[in-house]
Amino acid sequence: MKNNRDIIGRRALLRGATLGGSALILSGCDALNESDMFRSALRTAETLNQTVHRSLMDRAALAPEFPASDISPVFKTNGSLTGTSAEYLAHVDDKFADWTLRIDGMVAKPMDVSLETLRAMPSRTQITRHDCVEGWSAIAKWQGTPLRLLLQQAGLSARAKYIVFHCADSYGAQPYYESIDLIDAFHPQTILAWGMNGEMLPVKYGAPVRLRVERQLGYKHAKYVMRIEATDDLTKFHGGKGGYWEDVGDYEWYAGI
Amino acid sequence: MANNMAQRHKATTRIWHWLNAIALTVLLMSGLMIFNAHPRLYWGEYGSREDRAWLEIDDTRTTGFVKIGSTTLETTGVLGLSLGADDKVRRVAFPGWATIPTRYNLGAARRWHFAFAWLFALGLTGFMAASLLNGHIRRHLHIRRTEWAPKQIWRDIKNHARLRFDAHNAGTYNILQKFSYVGVIFILLPLMIFTGLAMSPAMNAALPWLHDIFAGRQSARSIHFICAALLSIFVLLHLVMVFLSGPINGIRSMITGKVPQTPDSNPTGVTS
Repeated sequence: MKNNRDIIGRRALLRGATLGGSALILSGCDALNESDMFRSALRTAETLNQTVHRSLMDRAALAPEFPASDISPVFKTNGSLTGTSAEYLAHVDDKFADWTLRIDGMVAKPMDVSLETLRAMPSRTQITRHDCVEGWSAIAKWQGTPLRLLLQQAGLSARAKYIVFHCADSYGAQPYYESIDLIDAFHPQTILAWGMNGEMLPVKYGAPVRLRVERQLGYKHAKYVMRIEATDDLTKFHGGKGGYWEDVGDYEWYAGI
Repeated sequence: MANNMAQRHKATTRIWHWLNAIALTVLLMSGLMIFNAHPRLYWGEYGSREDRAWLEIDDTRTTGFVKIGSTTLETTGVLGLSLGADDKVRRVAFPGWATIPTRYNLGAARRWHFAFAWLFALGLTGFMAASLLNGHIRRHLHIRRTEWAPKQIWRDIKNHARLRFDAHNAGTYNILQKFSYVGVIFILLPLMIFTGLAMSPAMNAALPWLHDIFAGRQSARSIHFICAALLSIFVLLHLVMVFLSGPINGIRSMITGKVPQTPDSNPTGVTS
């Protein structure tokens, strides 16, 4: 550390000049950032953005799709690179032969769907752009089962408002999960992808199935999906904000921006 | 006293000026924090750690640097690697004193950014509409044919170089002022809004032409950053000019709207 200090020391003067003015702004902003009232005021912008987006665009407006020549040479891996539960690791060992996707919650017919059944259903293939909340983008070809077909088969209750995705990956003791509303759940491009760039979805990208919800940011695209639960209340799951990053990092639940 | 004061700035101009000053400051500082989450810029539709960046800010653990194309500049202490207020070394692109919040927090920065973006966008729209209706654009910002004369522009450049400002010619902007104000109000600020919208995956579905005109989301992100840099330069020059051309009158007139009348001034030619 001593070394670092010396290297930086001679530049520290530079910093001093600007420090005066910005310190005033910053200490004020940091104080505001700690205030619950101010934070909830900022949060109203999320509601505003969601309302405006929803009213501005058609429910079924499609995210842009690209030609095969636009596919990223290397799709950046991000977040968890594997599921962590013992159950999941056992499924990796036998290539997901006995894996089933559980669909339950507010549905008339809870069901368990095997990967084979899922792949035999009508599928959609789309070349879309994955936009990370951090700012980077990568393009890939995804093939998967439209979520709406599964929800229709399971008989989604009219009282259900959200679809929750329970995942096999976790950060420390906290399992990853995400949720979307029914507008996105029934969107034609919302699929449970089991294929990527013409191959079976690799483990590091979320095998056996991951969610693609193309009009929102990357953290909504849950990987290692094990169970889909229909609900009318997000507050009863984990931290109550509808997703792992929403709970832990105060990310917006509506990630359309 | 009131008799000796001449009207310079309209209320709509003054209100927008200060609202916009607050909005732009917050947007810039929260934007730098968002940039810190991925301090690399690309051209085209996609771009990540796996692809070639045209600009990146990074560190070698002991030095910070900015790399533009194949040129690397050492920026230790400011960009890439800097000391926090607690004297701890931080490996972040923009230092804590330049970001909102000070400590790395992408979620919070995004909430600040998207809330103040509304203030900024609605403010600009309101100011443009008001300025169109009350004649501000036609009377003060419109660049007349005679003003485009190279001779006239050259004379104004020389005047600026000699720090001779027509401070008393209150209310009429010289040609360099008009170029910069028109460029900022009608080009840079709208570009900030449109490139910002073009980065939203939902807006890409709603208005697909938006990311098309910028040739891709990552290009839009790059242009967003470049425009922010140009706006920062404008604000710095603007502050220098205010300081050189009489800061008391300059700031007072942007608060009260009035400037002291001088014998050679022409208040009737000013505003409304």
